[in-house]
Amino acid sequence: MSKINSRDQQSGESKSDSRRDFLKQSAVLTGAVLTPSIALKAAEAQWDEKLAEALEKIPLKLEVNGVSKSLMVEPRVTLLDLLREQLNLTGTKKGCDYGQCGACTVHVNGTRVLSCLTLAVMQDGRKVTTIEGLAEGDQLHPMQEAFLKHDGFQCGYCTPGQIMSAIACIREGHADSEEEIREYMSGNICRCGAYPNIVNAIVEVKKGGKKV
Amino acid sequence: MIQFQYTRATAAKAALDAISRDKTAMFIAGGTNLVDLMKRGIVSPERLIDISRLPLTDITTEGKSLKIGSLALNSTVAENKTVQQKQPLLVQALNAGASAQIRNMATVGGNMLQRTRCHYFYDTALPCNKREPGSGCGALEGFNRMHAIFGFSEKCIAVHPSDMSVALVALDATVVVDGPKGQRRIPFIDFHRLPGDRPEIDTNLLPGELILGVEIPDNRFAKNVHYLKVRDRASYAFALVSVAAALQIEKKVIRDARLALGGVAHKPWRLSEAERALVGKPVSESTFREVAQLAMKGAKGFKYNEYKLKLTPNAIIQALKVASKLV
Repeated sequence: MSKINSRDQQSGESKSDSRRDFLKQSAVLTGAVLTPSIALKAAEAQWDEKLAEALEKIPLKLEVNGVSKSLMVEPRVTLLDLLREQLNLTGTKKGCDYGQCGACTVHVNGTRVLSCLTLAVMQDGRKVTTIEGLAEGDQLHPMQEAFLKHDGFQCGYCTPGQIMSAIACIREGHADSEEEIREYMSGNICRCGAYPNIVNAIVEVKKGGKKV
Repeated sequence: MIQFQYTRATAAKAALDAISRDKTAMFIAGGTNLVDLMKRGIVSPERLIDISRLPLTDITTEGKSLKIGSLALNSTVAENKTVQQKQPLLVQALNAGASAQIRNMATVGGNMLQRTRCHYFYDTALPCNKREPGSGCGALEGFNRMHAIFGFSEKCIAVHPSDMSVALVALDATVVVDGPKGQRRIPFIDFHRLPGDRPEIDTNLLPGELILGVEIPDNRFAKNVHYLKVRDRASYAFALVSVAAALQIEKKVIRDARLALGGVAHKPWRLSEAERALVGKPVSESTFREVAQLAMKGAKGFKYNEYKLKLTPNAIIQALKVASKLV
């Protein structure tokens, strides 16, 4: 504690309620319990604060819905939180945040994954497609059209994940029967119970034979 | 999730070097279990070493065995034509696990290393010897519906959640690892361990070791296999009980057999004695009933999982019937 105080005095900073100060104080108060992050180590070692902050974030290049992005992220940020909080793409939903519901399903390099269990930094250089990236201008994706036509939702919260998963289900070649669709869509939970209509929508898109 | 440092390894040697320098570091590959555990504060590594881009994804046949890289995705293995032809039991087990999205992320090595889904392990407010050694086992006298009937200890009655591992233990797989002691080979049956007095240790993998892959010897079971998974819903749920059954049948007589259970022990539970009892016997329901009783030797239920003492033999009989095409 005294080290930090003396450093603050030297730099002439007044005590602020910034996150950095909070972290520093937390480090001192609960240092035995918390695992030190770089920032905390920096505080202990009296490193330059700006350097510590820069070290915490890692550069990340992603192509999101066809647009190249150069970003800085903390390694602990999930792809889901990056999309929603930093890129304002809130179409991808946070349902359980623990990989149990499928609401956060997106495509990475064309395959469906759970963005809530994906660390954004691990996807460096890859192409991410979210529900916002499906339509071409005003022209909805065939799966979006089919969900509307078959009433494949009630509250709509699981729908972006359902649609991303449904497209992948056809691409993977696992939409050849209603039974197969149900099995390969089981990672997307719908609390409203729109399952029969979701299956009908997928069957129709599959039968329609359009490229998805 | 607490902050951690992130390092991406581009070669296995670099990954091993990195982990040898930092005892608090962990490898991350698919992350489907580790990210979940980190969010809940159950594990909190100071450094993650990303091994997901290491070139350990190949699926090849070499001599009389199938080699699968530890970083091959569960979905890639399940869709691979050679695996489907040579080891259909493994494909069935993989497809019974998790969801399509998770299988697109999870790796073979990570699947083996996933932690138990015991609620007491997951709830940091409750005692758990696996999460916090010495804190006690909440499940022993608690809500133990999902728990072990074989091989448990007073310290821990949790079960291993992997489906893939049940098939791999039945198929006599070998795990190939590299680490401070150099490369070594671990028979799959010795890879996971029973809880004993140290339930916090799930496997016999040593600190700083990296799984390179698994090898499965060729066999003559491909025509008669079945992976039966009994769970609370039709898909996307952990097993209450699962059975991996593989038979070699000639003229309605069993010539060779492999049998293992999931959801009943701290490790995938191989039934070697039951396998030996099947050899030379005719394919019939009565054979399977006898063997299922033999398989249950030593089983013990707790307050809420006694149903497994009935469910397990019935599941064994059903898996053997389907594998032998009696039904």
